[in-house]
Amino acid sequence: MDRFSFAAVLPALPEVFVGLAGMGLLMIGVFRGDRAFRAVSWLAVFVMVAAGVLVALDAGTGSTGAFGGAFIADGFARFMKLLILAGGALTLLLSLAFAEKEDMARCEYPVLFVFASLGMMMMVSANDLLSLYIALELQNLSLYIIAAFRRDSVKSTEAGLKYFVLSALSSGLLLYGISLIYGFAGTIAFPALADTFANTISIGAVFGLVFIAAGLAFKVAAVPFHMWTPDVYEGAPTPVTAFFSVAPKFAAVGLLVRVMMGPFGPIIAEWQQIVVFLSIASMILGAVAAINQTNIKRLMAYSTIGHVGYVLIGLAAGTEAGIQAIGVYLAIYLFMNVGTFGVILVMRAKGVAVEGIDDLKGLARTRPGLALAMAVFMFSLAGIPPLAGFFGKLYVFMAAVQAGQFTLAVIGVLASVVSAYYYLRIVKLMYFDEPVGALDPSPGAEVTTIIAFSALFVGFFFVWPQPVLTAAARAAHALFPG
Amino acid sequence: MASWPILSVTIFLPLLGSAFIMMVRGDEETVARNARAIALWTSLATFIVSLAIWAGYDPRSAGFQMVEEVPWIPSLGMNYHVGVDGISIFFVLLSTFLTPLCVLASWSAITKRVREYMIAFLVLETLMVGMFCALDFILFYLFFEGVLIPMFLIIGVWGGARRVYSAFKFFLYTLTGSVLMLIAILAIYFSAGTTDIPTLMHHGFPLAMQKWLWIAFFASFAVKVPMWPLHTWLPDAHVEAPTAGSVILAGVLLKMGGYGFLRFSLPMLPEASHFFAPFVFALSVVAIIYTSLVALAQEDMKKLIAYSSVAHMGFVTLGIFAFTEQGVQGALFQMLSHGIVSAALFLCVGVIYDRIHTREIARYGGLARRMPAYATVFMVFMLGSVGLPGTSGFVGEFLALIGTYQVDRLATVLATTGVILGATYMLWLYRRVIFGPLEKEDLKSILDLNAREIAIFTPLVLVVLWMGIYPASFLDGISTSVQALVGQMQTAAGPHSTGLASLLGR
Repeated sequence: MDRFSFAAVLPALPEVFVGLAGMGLLMIGVFRGDRAFRAVSWLAVFVMVAAGVLVALDAGTGSTGAFGGAFIADGFARFMKLLILAGGALTLLLSLAFAEKEDMARCEYPVLFVFASLGMMMMVSANDLLSLYIALELQNLSLYIIAAFRRDSVKSTEAGLKYFVLSALSSGLLLYGISLIYGFAGTIAFPALADTFANTISIGAVFGLVFIAAGLAFKVAAVPFHMWTPDVYEGAPTPVTAFFSVAPKFAAVGLLVRVMMGPFGPIIAEWQQIVVFLSIASMILGAVAAINQTNIKRLMAYSTIGHVGYVLIGLAAGTEAGIQAIGVYLAIYLFMNVGTFGVILVMRAKGVAVEGIDDLKGLARTRPGLALAMAVFMFSLAGIPPLAGFFGKLYVFMAAVQAGQFTLAVIGVLASVVSAYYYLRIVKLMYFDEPVGALDPSPGAEVTTIIAFSALFVGFFFVWPQPVLTAAARAAHALFPG
Repeated sequence: MASWPILSVTIFLPLLGSAFIMMVRGDEETVARNARAIALWTSLATFIVSLAIWAGYDPRSAGFQMVEEVPWIPSLGMNYHVGVDGISIFFVLLSTFLTPLCVLASWSAITKRVREYMIAFLVLETLMVGMFCALDFILFYLFFEGVLIPMFLIIGVWGGARRVYSAFKFFLYTLTGSVLMLIAILAIYFSAGTTDIPTLMHHGFPLAMQKWLWIAFFASFAVKVPMWPLHTWLPDAHVEAPTAGSVILAGVLLKMGGYGFLRFSLPMLPEASHFFAPFVFALSVVAIIYTSLVALAQEDMKKLIAYSSVAHMGFVTLGIFAFTEQGVQGALFQMLSHGIVSAALFLCVGVIYDRIHTREIARYGGLARRMPAYATVFMVFMLGSVGLPGTSGFVGEFLALIGTYQVDRLATVLATTGVILGATYMLWLYRRVIFGPLEKEDLKSILDLNAREIAIFTPLVLVVLWMGIYPASFLDGISTSVQALVGQMQTAAGPHSTGLASLLGR
């Protein structure tokens, strides 16, 4: 065994930093009490931004491993980490005003965001099955607590418990799959697994693959492993839902992509049909089931399921273009969803948070700016050009067509027409209907700024989309050496 | 050749105007007044700039002119590439011509949320002009689909009683067609390696692929045209849309389908177009006869004109898929003429709707006694719609039918019955509304056209007569490009039988 050397952990510097900073923040929280909520939250945001800078600064070094190959920092991991950190920081900022109003302003809240982000950063950097599992559990444990953060609310605790039980089940499936793979392949390191599967594949390993795919499909909320999503989204406090809808999704998608393209890359024929099925089922269910929803958080839950379906198209294509499409899609999705949840957080009438889509009635009259932003997000989620969401869809369909998956592409576009119906319904409520009551003024400057910024990004993405495409292309290239 | 980016100025000037409108501050009345003024002046300025396009256009060249090309998405080789040729130039003019009229027509009819209304119309103008100028397929698609957003809002916010249903139907119907086209565009991109339209027009795809692509394009364009049996969104959208919305819908948006056939289906997929021509002929003939009969039975004026639009567009698709010079020229001319005439007819309905607030034919009668100027104007457009020689409608229908006759007599004969039916429903409509005794109480005090309305109708009447009496000024610009297109079709496909009879014989 070599002596510990500092250089060996250097690729994990952002993670080390986040971990230490999280503990430091916890200390501040413990000693200063809940009065320090705002300070700790801003510090947490600062930590995430700083970690993002560390990740970005690392960009020149190519892919390097650490911890005996259990950890890898390559272009793909860096891209996903930036998305995760951006999602975490933005949703934490969205939380501030809400948490103070809803008696959630405890110091553990931002600290848990930091630890969850740490878990997610490690997920996308995992390079063997054990570090994958440990990272996943670190994330999960933080998320269970955040979901149940409003201890006195039955819905919130129910959401946390439901998430915990079902997630534990899926972790069990995952672990079982991992043990099967280890048993049949004799290794847990991704590169070694890829070498093994390139030569031979035993039926036991295929079983393991299926279990792992099922476990991860649960984490990304792909149909038929999506049942927890609407309940957890509805029950969890709104800013937590916003967080759930972005960062953990990115981490889970990143993990799924790395596992499928890395160790299981050589046996794409074994899992491609699974992903195609997950994708089609998610797109269709996401489109159809959202039609009847009256709670906007539930509606967004189904919307997320649908979008996961589109993301999986990129994976089903199994090509570099497909992975690039996933990167583009997720980057755009981040701003659409953060913006939409920003608007949902503004939805308060007479001091109480409201969640019915009917509460948006006539918003164009009472709050024209807010309604315009929401309309931009809705048209974009529906994938109508020239808004950003269109480009996300364009790229995944492009990848599908290039890979010859025409059926997938046609089902995808048709599902997007169905889903356009419920996005349009929100626009209809805001623009066509008469107002029933006015919403309270915006809860805070952070929320307004984030909504405005997201709307501008989504609205004017078409002018110069190249930077995002280039970044995603670089990320995708990391998974396809040579 | 202009040294400044004339097309980009035409495309984005309205957008600039809408940005100005967005910045207007003050109480509601001030905002409304300023929004109207800015919208009018912007759209007029855009029209004047677009006249410069016509002035600088060289009718002897079949290629694209005033081309601008700027890299847009370099990693995919997509460019911001715009230009006009004989097929698109008059559609650009049509869009810029109708928009100021729409603004004027909404001057006093729209009283609520004027600012948003004017912004929607100016954004719509940008998208329409951009779509006709776009020479990159993805860029085209961006404009083509983007049109849905402002139109959805125009129908849904300022429309009539069933506006929500109509707006959704319009949006989802057209979206369904368009997304299938998107897949086809992507397939083309991977097959040809580019989305540049002028390059693709000479690419030549394998026949099996052409057929699939043709079907996907057809799904999109046939909904837009609209062709029977995909036309059912149109009467709903027309009836519920505000007057100016109907004008743009009938005047420009319906032309997007025909333009799409001419720009994409024919030059890019010539063999498949030949293959499917009998099918298109069959649908067109059904559209002409069936929707004319349906129009006869209508009791709502806007619905009647909407169905007549479907019938008129039947002549357009006949002419396009005849692949003869006269046919294609006639189709183009018919589209322009219909753009003016049906737009004007909707404005005519708007005039009396603003006064009496009903579109039911039976509620009118004897208007000629109180509104002589209105009766005259209405007559001009009614006759233009019927296709009386001397009006624009005649030239288009006549050329389209001549063009079709060369390839298929049966279809021509059947289509010509539509001309007779067209005369029947239009003249009957005119008789019931304008002539007869003036019995209804509220009609006895109805006022004739005011100065604003005269200002709207005068240019329309002049253009209808100009196009009817001296069509050469338009056909000259069209013909070179059409010759090139038809020549390409014939060399690509060889002698195929395209008639209805071939469909029956199979």
